[in-house]
Amino acid sequence: MSTPSLPSENDPQRLALSPLDAGAVEQALTDALAAVAAAGDLDALKTARLAHAGDRSPLSLANREIGRLAPADKAVAGKLLGSTRGRLTAAIAARQVELEAERDARVLVEEAVDVTLPVDRAPRGARHPLELLQERVADIFVAMGWEVAEGPEVEAEWFNFDALNFGPDHPARQMQDTFFVEPADAGLVLRTHTSPVQARTLLSRDLPVYVVCPGKTFRTDELDATHTPVFHQVEGLAVDKGLTMAHLKGTLDHFARAIFGPESRTRLRPAYFPFTEPSAEMDFWFPQKKGGPGWVEWGGCGMVNPNVLRACGVDPDVYSGFAFGMGIERTLMFRHGIADMHDMVEGDARFSQQFAGVI
Amino acid sequence: MPRIPLSWLAEHVALPAGATAESVAADLVRVGLEEEAIHPAAVSGPLVIGEVVELTPEPQKNGKTINWCRVDVGTYGEPREDGTFAPRGIVCGAHNFEVGHRVVVALPGAVLPGPFPIASRKTYGHVSDGMICSARELGLGEDHDGIIVISRLGLDAEPGTDARELLGLGEEVLEINVTPDRGYCFAMRGVAREYGHSTGAAYTDAGLPGVVTDPAAVSRPAGGGVAVEIADDAPVDGAAGCNRFVAQVVRGVAASGPSPTWMQRRLTQAGMRPISLAVDVTNYVMLDLGQPLHAYDLAQLAEPVVVRRARPDDALTTLDAVARTLHPEDLVITDSPHGAAGARVLGLAGVMGGAETEVSAGTTDLLLEAAHFDPVSVARTARRHRLPSEAAKRFERGVDPQLARVAVARAAALLVEHGGGTVDDAVTDVDRTGPARTLTLPVDLPARLVGVPYTADEVAETLRTIGCTVASGDGADGAGAGAGSGGTLEVTVPSWRPDLQVPVDLVEEVARLRGYDAIPSVLPAAPAGRGLTEGQLARRAVARALAGDGWTQTLSYPFVGAEQHDALGLPADDDRRRALRLANPLADTQPEMRTNLLTTLLETARRNVGRGATDLALYEIGLVTRPLPDAPPAPQLPGAVRPSDEDLARLAAAVPPQPRRVAGFLAGARERAGWWGPGRRADHGDAIAAVRLVAATVGVEVQARADSGHAPWHPGRTARLELADGTLVGHAGELHPEVLARLDLPARSVAFELDLDVLLAAAPGEPLQATPVSTFPVAKEDLAFVVDADVPAGDLMAAVRDGAGDLLEELRVFDVFTGPQVGEGKKSLAFSLRLRAADRTLTAADAAAVREAAVAEAGRRVGAVLRGA
Repeated sequence: MSTPSLPSENDPQRLALSPLDAGAVEQALTDALAAVAAAGDLDALKTARLAHAGDRSPLSLANREIGRLAPADKAVAGKLLGSTRGRLTAAIAARQVELEAERDARVLVEEAVDVTLPVDRAPRGARHPLELLQERVADIFVAMGWEVAEGPEVEAEWFNFDALNFGPDHPARQMQDTFFVEPADAGLVLRTHTSPVQARTLLSRDLPVYVVCPGKTFRTDELDATHTPVFHQVEGLAVDKGLTMAHLKGTLDHFARAIFGPESRTRLRPAYFPFTEPSAEMDFWFPQKKGGPGWVEWGGCGMVNPNVLRACGVDPDVYSGFAFGMGIERTLMFRHGIADMHDMVEGDARFSQQFAGVI
Repeated sequence: MPRIPLSWLAEHVALPAGATAESVAADLVRVGLEEEAIHPAAVSGPLVIGEVVELTPEPQKNGKTINWCRVDVGTYGEPREDGTFAPRGIVCGAHNFEVGHRVVVALPGAVLPGPFPIASRKTYGHVSDGMICSARELGLGEDHDGIIVISRLGLDAEPGTDARELLGLGEEVLEINVTPDRGYCFAMRGVAREYGHSTGAAYTDAGLPGVVTDPAAVSRPAGGGVAVEIADDAPVDGAAGCNRFVAQVVRGVAASGPSPTWMQRRLTQAGMRPISLAVDVTNYVMLDLGQPLHAYDLAQLAEPVVVRRARPDDALTTLDAVARTLHPEDLVITDSPHGAAGARVLGLAGVMGGAETEVSAGTTDLLLEAAHFDPVSVARTARRHRLPSEAAKRFERGVDPQLARVAVARAAALLVEHGGGTVDDAVTDVDRTGPARTLTLPVDLPARLVGVPYTADEVAETLRTIGCTVASGDGADGAGAGAGSGGTLEVTVPSWRPDLQVPVDLVEEVARLRGYDAIPSVLPAAPAGRGLTEGQLARRAVARALAGDGWTQTLSYPFVGAEQHDALGLPADDDRRRALRLANPLADTQPEMRTNLLTTLLETARRNVGRGATDLALYEIGLVTRPLPDAPPAPQLPGAVRPSDEDLARLAAAVPPQPRRVAGFLAGARERAGWWGPGRRADHGDAIAAVRLVAATVGVEVQARADSGHAPWHPGRTARLELADGTLVGHAGELHPEVLARLDLPARSVAFELDLDVLLAAAPGEPLQATPVSTFPVAKEDLAFVVDADVPAGDLMAAVRDGAGDLLEELRVFDVFTGPQVGEGKKSLAFSLRLRAADRTLTAADAAAVREAAVAEAGRRVGAVLRGA
């Protein structure tokens, strides 16, 4: 690169350049273009521009001389210098664009950062998987036109037992490991299942009814690997004309597939619940079961006992219904390979944080 | 739950060769008897018959004498060159056997109940190469002193014979789970019946009155036995406490001697402890047939036996040596000493006998009782006295009322067979049982409810299989009748099925026996639904918003206690101390239901901190219970009847309000420090911001006001959040330092708790009507005010906002400043305002007008003056 320098006032060249000397003008342009081309950065280009196109550059000075020429020469000189300076200006502008692009590209490279550095400035939040699963279950049923019903956790004994055909002396009423509320005549319990929502729903809604009721339930079990005194169930209830156990089976099969994959299905085994007759225990086929595919106990179900319908003012000669219930914890345990109840109930943030926002 | 040794089951039903506990369990589950457990064989490994060939008593220094024995165990001995086998050397401490006796030897590798593994060991100067076993060591009974000599059991076998097989110790035992409606399956008789239903195996009902094993027993004339009176003057719910009482005297029995080994073994397998012949026989017959029996010492008894309700002055010490205060509803068995009829209580009917007439060492004459008691009465008594005895378990689930005679005869025969003596000719049988129940079953009901097109014949045949008598509705034989969908069947249920009470009960029997696997899978078409409710959608949105804001959702148990309220510093009269109390809490220290979420959320936080968490952002959404001070009790209403609207209102009034809350806890860094620079510690503002986030998610505006008196928060760093109308929504801010110290939580932790129901109720409920976005340019104004230090910024902001009017798009506080420049007792607040009009570009005059109005309003309301003015 040439070292650009402003020509001094005393430079003999200044005076040597005549606007009519086409050869000299051409030479000045050649020099100028060389200097522009040689400019390696924007600063160098600026220097070259001032030297060759600035007010005191040979071409500018020569241009200034035109005025002093004879009229006949003015046109010739004007044309010569006009085109020459035009070429130079264009060359400088083009070089300017080139050099700016180079500079911009270089800056982007120079200001690069290490994108592999951790960027977890704000701790990430998470939903609890039991809540996510309850929502997912609700969505499966909502997609079929069912609705989500809810009820209180501290419940009247009538809703938890009597309405569901558990008489006051029914052995099953003792089996349930119920938390009772003081005083003894309060007639309140912590609901032992989500089934009281069945009765609340039938009493408050118009028929037909198709509802799921996810929620918290309570039994007097000490916490261990497979028991917890506070747990979650999802209850399903359909009451309509002409419903049969086949509809129950169809609903459960669909539910099992939605939760455990297209290979899954359910199996019913005879059982007993006061609020259903016939009653069944229900197993689901679990393709991902540890140690090989197999049946896993899931919950209870059956046709709604006519006494339950009567307690809710529904005529069992006109309507029939089915109901089912299963544990959310159990479902989560199998679906996500959780071996021990503790992690689900202890509230350790690290447990919830394992799960994505969709499970 | 009942335990089923297969060899016992096989006495009632033809078990196929090769049946295992597992295969029987699989067959039973199809008819509704679930497997509870399969108990492995009591003894595993080599347990063989040995013959004692040498016995050398060796006195020891400790005064004991041991026997150094050589025992021929056949091929289990060391092989000799001549092809025979050497006996094994075994040290034995017992002395009730001699050379030539055949005994049971546990060889190294065997595992006896305990578990007690057997190995060769050096003892008393010998290598003892096994163990000669007593009955107790094998789990065959309580006899620990004596070695089993098999000839004394009436057995014989060559040395080396597998003793597990011989003694039945190698047998797995199936334990099943019996649902409350199937009381008859608490006996081999019932389980075998169900096995027959499941597999078609030939079943013999040993409990039918006509199949008594001792033919003499039924031929004896009734009457003339021990006098029995049933005098129930207070039936529970109108049901007689006792409708059958059979009493049989057996004399001259060695009642307190041991029962035969096979019986002891079966009782042990079934999970009962062998005690004496009399007790074991009654238990055995109960396990076999399902009839609870009681044996009284006849010598201690004074006729007549009277069955009645307890009286106020009655007292009873039950067999478990507990003196009991009786309840007037308890049904008791009494006798009549000194001619006073029913004066002395002998036992709680169907629950437990008394100590006074217990069979004792000297008992030779017995009175056997086999009765039928009302399930409800027995259940209440058992519950009241916390006596879930084997008898009570059966009675409350329903015992076959026609079984008593058969069972008594069976027990008497067993007593005589194994204890000698004679059975009195006379048997007392007070029989007040009614006719069998008959149900009218619409013949198409099973098909209508189950969804399988059962034919009328299939229905009738299935019901006959379970022991019903079936006739068509017009009285003719049911077979082939009632084929039309309108037909009915008259079904008389068997005496052992008290659970079959209404027609749908029969539907289950049909579905069960025809197989649940025959039910097709048909997805019902529900009517179009409305989706989630507004509230359900809003709750999900809140939960997601907090998770998105960096909070982690946790769950906690709702159980709390006064100590936790103390730790939170709740004043004695705080209404959060008015909690619902549980009658039977899991922990005595936590007998109450939480009245606020923070109490339990802080426990969750403590657990996380205890496990090393430093930066925590937890939230919980859940119900709390806020009992009303004078809530009425819930009415006791019957089932199967719709309560009146009035009763439903009473139920509703009794259930305490349970608002849904959301609470959060934050400790440590809200933004972490790292290579990017320092982090930011969480402060009260984060808690308030979370509340604003929740409110905004629901579409509600909340206002913060200072609240200096709400535990467990810091008196100077806590906001009370209100709706526009002043309704309290919740609190947010820093927690009180003393509370944090008491709970070992990090200093400066913050928290919030909101009533989500209040917020949801305040939500607009109607679709928001959007404001069009102005595309006109924004004008910016900054304002710095000086105001008294105790003026809340919120009040000043409200004044500025109201003064600025509709053109104000956004108001931000960018500086808060105190110091000499602003003066003692003053503070400076600097605001930036963004102004914009919907319909025009704002002029300088517009901006100036806004500015002036804002300044004027701030001055008027809170005395703020423009800084530098």
